[in-house]
Amino acid sequence: MTRADVSAAAQSAARSSYGRLVAVLAAADGDIALAEDTLQDAFVQALVTWPRTGIPSNPEGWLITVARNRQRDTWKSAAARTRADWLELGAASSTVHPNDLDLDTLDDKRLEMLFVCAHPAIDPAVRLPLMLQAVLGFEASQIAVVFVVPAATMAQRLVRAKRRIRDARIPFVVPTGAKRAERLPAVLESVYGCFSIGWDDAGAASLDAPESMAGEAFHLAVTLAELLGEEPEAWSLAALLALSLSRRATTDGEFVPLDEQDPRQWDSDLIARGETYLRHAAAVTLGAPGRLQLEAAMQAVHAARRHTGVVDWPALGQLSEALVTIAPTLGSRVAHAAIVGRLAGPSAGLAELERIEVPAAGFQPYFAVRADLLSRLGDSRASEAFASAADATTGRHAAYLRSRSAATKS
Amino acid sequence: MRYTLLMHYAEQTGATLSDEDMAEAQRAFSAYAAALHGAGVLIAAEVLRSSESTTTVSRVDGELRVQDGPFADTKEQLAGTFVIDVDDLDAAISWAGQSPSVSWGAVEIRPGATFTRDGVWVMNG
Repeated sequence: MTRADVSAAAQSAARSSYGRLVAVLAAADGDIALAEDTLQDAFVQALVTWPRTGIPSNPEGWLITVARNRQRDTWKSAAARTRADWLELGAASSTVHPNDLDLDTLDDKRLEMLFVCAHPAIDPAVRLPLMLQAVLGFEASQIAVVFVVPAATMAQRLVRAKRRIRDARIPFVVPTGAKRAERLPAVLESVYGCFSIGWDDAGAASLDAPESMAGEAFHLAVTLAELLGEEPEAWSLAALLALSLSRRATTDGEFVPLDEQDPRQWDSDLIARGETYLRHAAAVTLGAPGRLQLEAAMQAVHAARRHTGVVDWPALGQLSEALVTIAPTLGSRVAHAAIVGRLAGPSAGLAELERIEVPAAGFQPYFAVRADLLSRLGDSRASEAFASAADATTGRHAAYLRSRSAATKS
Repeated sequence: MRYTLLMHYAEQTGATLSDEDMAEAQRAFSAYAAALHGAGVLIAAEVLRSSESTTTVSRVDGELRVQDGPFADTKEQLAGTFVIDVDDLDAAISWAGQSPSVSWGAVEIRPGATFTRDGVWVMNG
């Protein structure tokens, strides 16, 4: 056994189960930072021990045991200032025997961690970074890049949030009943957020690649749906992400708008999974469909083009009408204007767009949709509109908008 | 785990609060205290007199200064406290949400750090 083998095995265990291991460890006393530290120690210990003993048959179980021992040492030294009673109680109730360690049951713990990260007592702005670190195992410095803040600032925010979870004792539970209904949207929102952040680099990476946040977020969404059972919006999120990911091949090379993509490039397995999840969502929906179900259904309409050859704009129109009624966000309203532009003509789309108040900071999709509608109208302002839409974004999308600006120049 | 629920609200005087309103508030607080006690979570509770009657003491440049009025002169004042002993923040939030005062003010939930038992400090938790 070479050091490189061991290092690879330890890293693989770290990547595939970091979030689950942290969740199991932290559930005992609510101390996420301590859980992360002890897990880090366990990884270091593994690098020393495994070359001698070989890689254990259950690496995660081994890591949990070592980390748990470190945790106990810390609790004992803290016992003088005793928080000990409930600590021991918590540890006893959640002790996992390494041989019984089943990664599927560990997902329950990860679910609890999701609800902790999206707890109403946690500042909404820090929920997503916290989830990226405590559940998906990204480092503060990587998260800082995503949120465009200095690494030290992000690290500080995360430390504060974890301290708050421990000191205010936010419980590690999956809420039930009314409380679940109240808190699930924030959890789904955050998982969706993780996906969106990862979407940019989802194209190149394979679905199971640990460096793909989008892939990790998708797994999390599926886990959530499966473990929660009959939550339509959880199934809808899984469907929405599967259908979005099915088009990741199209994120290579030049940008192509969704309705102009070649459906043969789409991943039919993922589409089938997405459609199954969406049927599941519909089957457990009691009242009117929720926001995510409508969004997933719109993705499914696009996916259907691979059989029918045409985009069913009337169906999209109905779904987006329902969506802007229950969730009139800036994004959903701009998307609706684009669909109206296809259904009732570009003038109607522009009229719809003009009813939307754009924030002072601007909203890139608004500029892009406006430019597209102007060009469909043959309006001479289209070229300039495409140029300003391009300025508000980067990468291949900007390049695409610039090319349309050039093409519409009169 | 002990939490202190701090009730903050704009103070009402006899002139702005009718007798019926006062009686209604008292009934609501009686029911709330009884519910907390019945659940076995109530450690102590206190509703304070208005800040018109409060006195603030501090030491400035070595001199003890006694002042008429509250420490912070804000519209909302600390009006009362409930010390409760519950499992976790969710339980504390649930009790805070049932306080009659949430209808006219905010309830702040502060986890305790230490408290005294027979004059000796004990860690909370």
